[in-house]
Amino acid sequence: MAYDKFNILTSTAVPLAIENVDTDQLIPARFLKATERVGFGDNLFRDWRYNPDNTPKKDFVLNNPIYSGKILVGGKNFGSGSSREHAAWAVYDYGFRCVVSSFFADIFRNNCLNIGVLPVQVSPEFAEKIFEAIAADPNTELEVNLPEQTITLLASGEKETFEISPYKKDNMLNGFDDIDYLQSIKPEIEEFALHLPL
Amino acid sequence: MSKTLFDKVWDTHVVRKIEGGPDVLFIDRHLIHEVTSPVAFLGLKSRGIKVLYPERTFATADHNTPTINQHLPVADPLSANQLKALESNSNEYGISHWGLGHQKNGIVHVVGPEYGITQPGATIVCGDSHTSTHGAFGAIAFGIGTSEVEMVLSTQCIMQPKPKKMRINVNGKLGLGVTPKDVALFIISQLSTSGATGYFVEYAGDVFENMTMEGRMTVCNLSIEMGARGGMIAPDETTIEYVKGREFSPKGEAWDKALAYYKTLKTDADAVFDKELTFDGSSIEPMITYGTNPGMGMGISHEIPNADQVEGGAATYAKSLGYMGFSEGDSMIGKPVDFVFVGSCTNGRIEDFRAFTSLVKGRHKADNVTAWLVPGSHIVEAQIKEEGLLDILTEAGFTLRQPGCSACLAMNDDKIPAGKYAVSTSNRNFEGRQGPGSRTMLASPLVAAAAAVTGVVTDPRTLIENVEELV
Repeated sequence: MAYDKFNILTSTAVPLAIENVDTDQLIPARFLKATERVGFGDNLFRDWRYNPDNTPKKDFVLNNPIYSGKILVGGKNFGSGSSREHAAWAVYDYGFRCVVSSFFADIFRNNCLNIGVLPVQVSPEFAEKIFEAIAADPNTELEVNLPEQTITLLASGEKETFEISPYKKDNMLNGFDDIDYLQSIKPEIEEFALHLPL
Repeated sequence: MSKTLFDKVWDTHVVRKIEGGPDVLFIDRHLIHEVTSPVAFLGLKSRGIKVLYPERTFATADHNTPTINQHLPVADPLSANQLKALESNSNEYGISHWGLGHQKNGIVHVVGPEYGITQPGATIVCGDSHTSTHGAFGAIAFGIGTSEVEMVLSTQCIMQPKPKKMRINVNGKLGLGVTPKDVALFIISQLSTSGATGYFVEYAGDVFENMTMEGRMTVCNLSIEMGARGGMIAPDETTIEYVKGREFSPKGEAWDKALAYYKTLKTDADAVFDKELTFDGSSIEPMITYGTNPGMGMGISHEIPNADQVEGGAATYAKSLGYMGFSEGDSMIGKPVDFVFVGSCTNGRIEDFRAFTSLVKGRHKADNVTAWLVPGSHIVEAQIKEEGLLDILTEAGFTLRQPGCSACLAMNDDKIPAGKYAVSTSNRNFEGRQGPGSRTMLASPLVAAAAAVTGVVTDPRTLIENVEELV
């Protein structure tokens, strides 16, 4: 399904300075039983966010009212493990539109791009700067500029460029998805299928 | 130009290259299950489009299914609803459906190869990261998200940038009690959980050449645990022998044509990889994990490393060990064990149960251990009975459950309780993976067997009396 267009996002950010955040943490398997794409945000980081009795864990960043925003800043190797797209849905449904990390796992990155959440990979040094800036001032604003492919710490003006393929960039800017594209070349696919080795 | 095995299979399936974008890749075989497919079907419905090639998609229910009393209605209404959705969607679109109770039902990555859906040189995807398993046949196989499941259903294609290529060579004679699982956990411990991200791996060397297909499947299955999208092994006589004659394998003239294609599937002598690593197989010992990702593994006789000896931040490392209740410098030998799980798409095949049985034979399950033995399919279940393994297991105090993913991801009732320790032959030791608060130590079926009969983490080599008996 087509998704929200992404252009320039200016927002405060939520810092999660933990490495190797896997998709089982983003959304534990027991919450994958829905047959529709609704309500996953409630269970984002469920077991880090809530005690077994469903009371919030006060020391977890999502439960700390001083942090908010549409950008999630994660540690290195964000989104590893299971291919569940539900992890990206949970990130989106919670209200994030962009995830920043110094390194993403492949499938999670793809899943984000396919639903309109922008994964922004920055250098480890810049990631550290972002964490430090937010630690010093939780109201620190970041600007994620997709047309320019830049991410900027607005207070200091420090910025870095990030990579995205021209094809995916165009999709994100216009809210197109891959199915639109694939549908448009169906005759070519059907012709191709006639000449496969298997 | 010289090509790798991966190049050959990939290039054969590229419908179109997009300037500054991904390749449009044709998918030969698509496997679906109840958890990651329903929203894809909803997408098809909302767009009003059909499944382009229903005969190329196969559905099996596995993630959610109970592993006892499968003849009874599924008690959990949400699970039952997902199973029903898989059935009705499959029926509506003309897809083969092997639901709960069907003779062919089982873990998607176990039944795919068993029935010959998995073929050398094919492209295979599934909304499950352990789809890498099928790379054991020289297929390009990898996990996808639900949006991509919808793409494959509607157009039999997905859009993927071509990954970089890595070759991992392991040569030498494996030591006593060292299984394919140990080889894989060793490699992951060397590369870390993200060391192969962005790459597709080819495994080469005599260690893999000498492995059975089941061993190769275990190795390729775990490719994703070092971040690789997939891993593959060039098909050889062992592969062809396995594939030939299976239900969905090509027959007659089609087989001859397929065979000619299979024979082309090897890396050219002068082909270049983006990265190449070589390990000595004889240096590997039975492995066990001590932390909360599969990269945190070590030889079972070693001690848990200090934070400064491992890659990554000290805070993340401390969080991980804190979750496990372990400390730097601890020996794993003698650590308490509450549960033993044998099964999953990693180690739920007949050879895994033979290995487990070979070690528990003549011994008895420790009283403090709850053991869940879950075959990967009905074929595996039947073999366990026919080969007499069940009699040996029963004698030793074990029972057998019914096929499914079970405690590997604990979507059904097979959950390790909070704080309890499990030695598990599955693939992930993430926090809460096997149930909220569960603590997982990943290991081979032999290490699982040693734990099951002694009640603590035990080096299986100390229990092996007759080497010949080991599979």
